Amino acid sequence: MNIHTTTRRRIAAAAAASVAAVLALAACSSGGGGEPGAGDKPYVALVSKGFQHQFWQAVKQGADDAAAELDVEVTFEGPETETEVEKQLTMLQTALDKNPDAIGYAALDSEASTPMMTDAESRGIPVIAFDSGVESEVPVTTVSTDNLAASAEAAKHMAELVGSGKIAIVGHDQTSQTGQQRVEGFTQYIEENAPDIEIVDTQYAGGDQLKSADAAKAIMQAHPDLKGIYGTNEGSAIGVVKAVQESGRSGELTVIGFDSGTAQTDAIRDGLMAGAITQDPIKMGYETVKAAVAAINDEQLEPVIDSGFYWYDETNIDDGDIAAVLYE
Amino acid sequence: MTTQSTTPARAGSRFGNRQQLQQILAFAGLVVIFAFFSVASPYFLDWANVKGILLATAVTGIMALGATFVIATGGIDLSVGTGMTLCSVMTGVFLANLGLPLVVGVLGGLAIGALIGLLNGLNVAFLRLPPFIATLAMMMVAQGLSLVISGTKPIYFSDVAGFDQLAAGELVPGLPNAVLIFFVAAVLAGVTLSKTLTGRYALSIGSNEEATAISGVDVRRWKVVIYVVAGLFTGLAGVVMASRLNSAQPGLGLGYELEAIAAVVIGGTSLRGGKATILGTVIGALIMATLTNGLRIMSIPQEWQKVAVGIVIVLAVYADMLRRGKEA
Repeated sequence: MNIHTTTRRRIAAAAAASVAAVLALAACSSGGGGEPGAGDKPYVALVSKGFQHQFWQAVKQGADDAAAELDVEVTFEGPETETEVEKQLTMLQTALDKNPDAIGYAALDSEASTPMMTDAESRGIPVIAFDSGVESEVPVTTVSTDNLAASAEAAKHMAELVGSGKIAIVGHDQTSQTGQQRVEGFTQYIEENAPDIEIVDTQYAGGDQLKSADAAKAIMQAHPDLKGIYGTNEGSAIGVVKAVQESGRSGELTVIGFDSGTAQTDAIRDGLMAGAITQDPIKMGYETVKAAVAAINDEQLEPVIDSGFYWYDETNIDDGDIAAVLYE
Repeated sequence: MTTQSTTPARAGSRFGNRQQLQQILAFAGLVVIFAFFSVASPYFLDWANVKGILLATAVTGIMALGATFVIATGGIDLSVGTGMTLCSVMTGVFLANLGLPLVVGVLGGLAIGALIGLLNGLNVAFLRLPPFIATLAMMMVAQGLSLVISGTKPIYFSDVAGFDQLAAGELVPGLPNAVLIFFVAAVLAGVTLSKTLTGRYALSIGSNEEATAISGVDVRRWKVVIYVVAGLFTGLAGVVMASRLNSAQPGLGLGYELEAIAAVVIGGTSLRGGKATILGTVIGALIMATLTNGLRIMSIPQEWQKVAVGIVIVLAVYADMLRRGKEA
């Protein structure tokens, strides 16, 4: 019995020690920036939709670039997945409580944050919406990609490449505005401009590569004469490429994607994907911080700042303008 | 069906018939679902599509095999989803970053899985944490570590020759290796559960832990062994996942554990422990994948697909409980 207790104590001690070590490590890696808001520099808190995804890392890079250039302090955080609305609201609340000079906010749910928007307004903290709009009068401007125009551009290329016949869409999210517009802009363009093309199915797979691949395969199975598939974000597009490859039909279907990432750029270089639309996440981050600084200085801002998009394919993937906004 | 070769596990001959009944029921369910979709869509019953279903089953199925052992003890393993991701990422570190030989990298991935299992086992058996809590903690640790280690970026295996063939190659012509690996893993799991001490003690601990201890079995040691076995399957799932995507995606994995647990439960393994069947788990995983695939082929929207899967889980577990009620 005694032996057991000692062992248990030892294990507990070891566990405690390892926790302490991890915490110490974490403290080291997050240090260096100093206490946000403590210095004389204006402090801009950015609450994004995500963190780990490459897209958000590119936004962060743009924000950091602007911070260095405009000499402001910027923090960047976001929930792990784009479904954690509640967690994001907590982050927004915490950011507000730090009393920043301005807040940049990419809303996962555009209505859920209304009370905090009011809170920000009453404290006189200007809010810059980025990536997607916020259903509120509070944000002074919205920095975002025009997703309707961008997905219409994808449809234009699909129509040119396919000519006529059946195509399908693998979407990433039917509940967010971005996810809806990526499908809507595409569908609208095809309906209005390509009467010979029929969109036979639109399936959503949450942007998960495996699930998108399975969904794309099921669509291909149900429509053997399918001529093209459009994937509305990185995960969806890579899943579609995977599905075409695994079905041994590479080259037979026209695949068009959205965003970038090494797997997608490789697929375009290898001819597995016809091309894709890329947003300009670096510009999005940059413009958000720039707008925040302008708001802090009481400058007038346009209600919407377009952060732009590009069509890229084999021919222009290595051009300077394009290569700069493609992330790995 | 190839899976018929797996021997059903028996918790003593007394339970033999009832277990077979449950398996027959699960299998009949699968047949009914298959028949339904075959009639509903002309494209469903086609080898290419069946192959797609099997491929979609492989990763979740392998995780579910491991989860079956833990659930047999009356425990639960919530760490299999993100644990799998961590194994993918570490395989990426071994192969793509460190350039280790293929075999070493794959074994390394499995070893990380075993290590995750070892820690789970130690926490459950020696610190006496409830399995739900121990593996919930591990789920978070694994998710965090995947992001930290990968620097939140996917790790690509483009330069690792032959890695993608682990899942995509066809040792048996027409059958992707990922599916073959799943079947072989299922046979190994079946043998381990029914013919080895690990399996027998898992069931024995699950039906009556105290009695097992009194009969002289070192329950704590065997629990650790059982969690390590489960971890090995998590590792294998991680390697197969990475190979199929030819990349380690640090953001994936969350939610996969629930699909694995659902597969185990649909197959007839009781969450109360003491009763487990590998063949059932294989059928359960196939039911989940078949249902999703069939609904997709019929172009049923994703939100309804989830409703359907939920209903199947309720039906399967209720059928199981009805029989148990009769036993009492």
